[in-house]
Amino acid sequence: MLTANLSAIFYLISGVLFILALRGLSSPETSRQGNFFGILGMAIAVTVTFLSVGSFSTGFVVVLIFLLIGGLIGAFIAYKIPMTAMPELVAGFHSLVGLAAVFVAIAAFLNPEAFNLGSPGKIKLGSLIEMSIGAAVGAITFSGSIIAFLKLQGIMSGSPITFKGQHPLNALILISIIVITYLLCSTQSSNLFWILLCISFLIGFLLIIPIGGADMPVVISMLNSYSGWAAAGIGFTLENTALIITGALVGSSGAILSYIMCKGMNRSFFNVILGGFGATDQSASDKNKEQRPVKSGNADDAAFLMKNASSVIIVPGYGMAVAQAQHALREMVDTLKKNDIKVSYAIHPVAGRMPGHMNVLLAEANVPYDEVFELEEINNDFVNADVAFVIGANDVTNPVAKTDPQSPIYGMPVLDVEKCKSVLFVKRSLSPGYAGIDNDLFYKENTLMLFADAKKMTEDITKNL
Amino acid sequence: MEIDPFIFRLSIFILSIFIGYYVVWSVTPSLHTPLMSVTNAISSVIIVGAIIAGLAGNSDTIFNASSIFGLLAISLAAVNIFGGFLVTQRMLAMYKKKKKDK
Repeated sequence: MLTANLSAIFYLISGVLFILALRGLSSPETSRQGNFFGILGMAIAVTVTFLSVGSFSTGFVVVLIFLLIGGLIGAFIAYKIPMTAMPELVAGFHSLVGLAAVFVAIAAFLNPEAFNLGSPGKIKLGSLIEMSIGAAVGAITFSGSIIAFLKLQGIMSGSPITFKGQHPLNALILISIIVITYLLCSTQSSNLFWILLCISFLIGFLLIIPIGGADMPVVISMLNSYSGWAAAGIGFTLENTALIITGALVGSSGAILSYIMCKGMNRSFFNVILGGFGATDQSASDKNKEQRPVKSGNADDAAFLMKNASSVIIVPGYGMAVAQAQHALREMVDTLKKNDIKVSYAIHPVAGRMPGHMNVLLAEANVPYDEVFELEEINNDFVNADVAFVIGANDVTNPVAKTDPQSPIYGMPVLDVEKCKSVLFVKRSLSPGYAGIDNDLFYKENTLMLFADAKKMTEDITKNL
Repeated sequence: MEIDPFIFRLSIFILSIFIGYYVVWSVTPSLHTPLMSVTNAISSVIIVGAIIAGLAGNSDTIFNASSIFGLLAISLAAVNIFGGFLVTQRMLAMYKKKKKDK
């Protein structure tokens, strides 16, 4: 049996290993090593916990069985999941962290002796506060992530669900969470604890339903952050350094990602944290509906343009993920490269449904990561490029964001696709993008619309090259 | 007067937020998805609390309410730990540099 001091040292070591795991992600070369540090840190934390409790009785076997069941399910999912489903997977995983935090808080509330927190009804005040915070944030993470998961899976409609009085209701619930936490701490009543959990589940649900599908990158990052704060809350309760460090890391990681995503969409951070967003005015969509001439072409035209180009920039978006076109795209690029055409990829920060979504899909299709560029890195290159190939992206290329102060997306950083000599725009129809606004790019002199499924069109172009 | 141990934990927490802030800003944007899956996996270190709860009972009380919640939490966190690290590994294995001979 380990002494408390010795196990605290080991927990500190695993906390440090977790920091190194994130540090490794600063470049793809060191990332695999980073992941190994993470696994090592986790192994140490789990082993130390077993040794510090030290009772290798019936309980030990049962615990191992539950651990193995979870582990097998997790491993199975990890091997089976297609890369296009990564946003759903991450949302699903967040919900599990949230629920686990809730369950640990419940276990600690019901049996505080096991955690040295006092006895039922006489839990130490500090621990009870920490426990309540951990449980409430965990519950919010759980129900919020479930909604995000359902929206990403398409089981629930991706469009925002709003109703009158939504924000006052949310505010009321948040206030009551604080009041109930206060009452819980002064009375130690278990009923209040259950009520706290229920309304926390409810608020998580209410916070996410008004947020639309394309805003999911922010939501996922935000829930990532919440799951970290929940873990930290429980870490304080359990007086566990590894958990506190990890919670802080994950919490700030998610917060930074949400900040980056918000900036990519030109939205305010606090707006998102409070959940009062996604209810963008959709009225703009009906204006400007007059017919404007559009040039459309087929795979043959597109292939001709690309064959005569010396440099091509590819702009992928969520549509590429939906059409599973990343492999077909890579094949097209391979053919282009054989003809000595320079190809690079331009990724907008909010392309796809989660941070880095496009990069993973391209990596899956064996696109080398040093051909893939972020918005700031590549935006000046569009002027010198011959062809921009927009596949499944829309709003992130809309020049209106730079020119029309009336537009809802005005001020959002966009890729300067229109500066290319010619633009090939693969899209199924002329329908406006998520923001509900027309894309001026469709009507530019140098734009050729390719109306087709992204995957099929890419394959056809390859045949014609 | 002695300092409450809570203050020490709070110090660790605050300093870790700063570490997290600087470490995450240095993560390259192309690895943001693996970042999310790996933070997911490591936040499941909450399993240590679940194990304590699960092991708290002796053979008579292993299936009391507290232990059952502990055991369920163990399974949930284990799904995340194994799933999170493995899927991260799978993703990271795909990131390749341009081959020189091309």
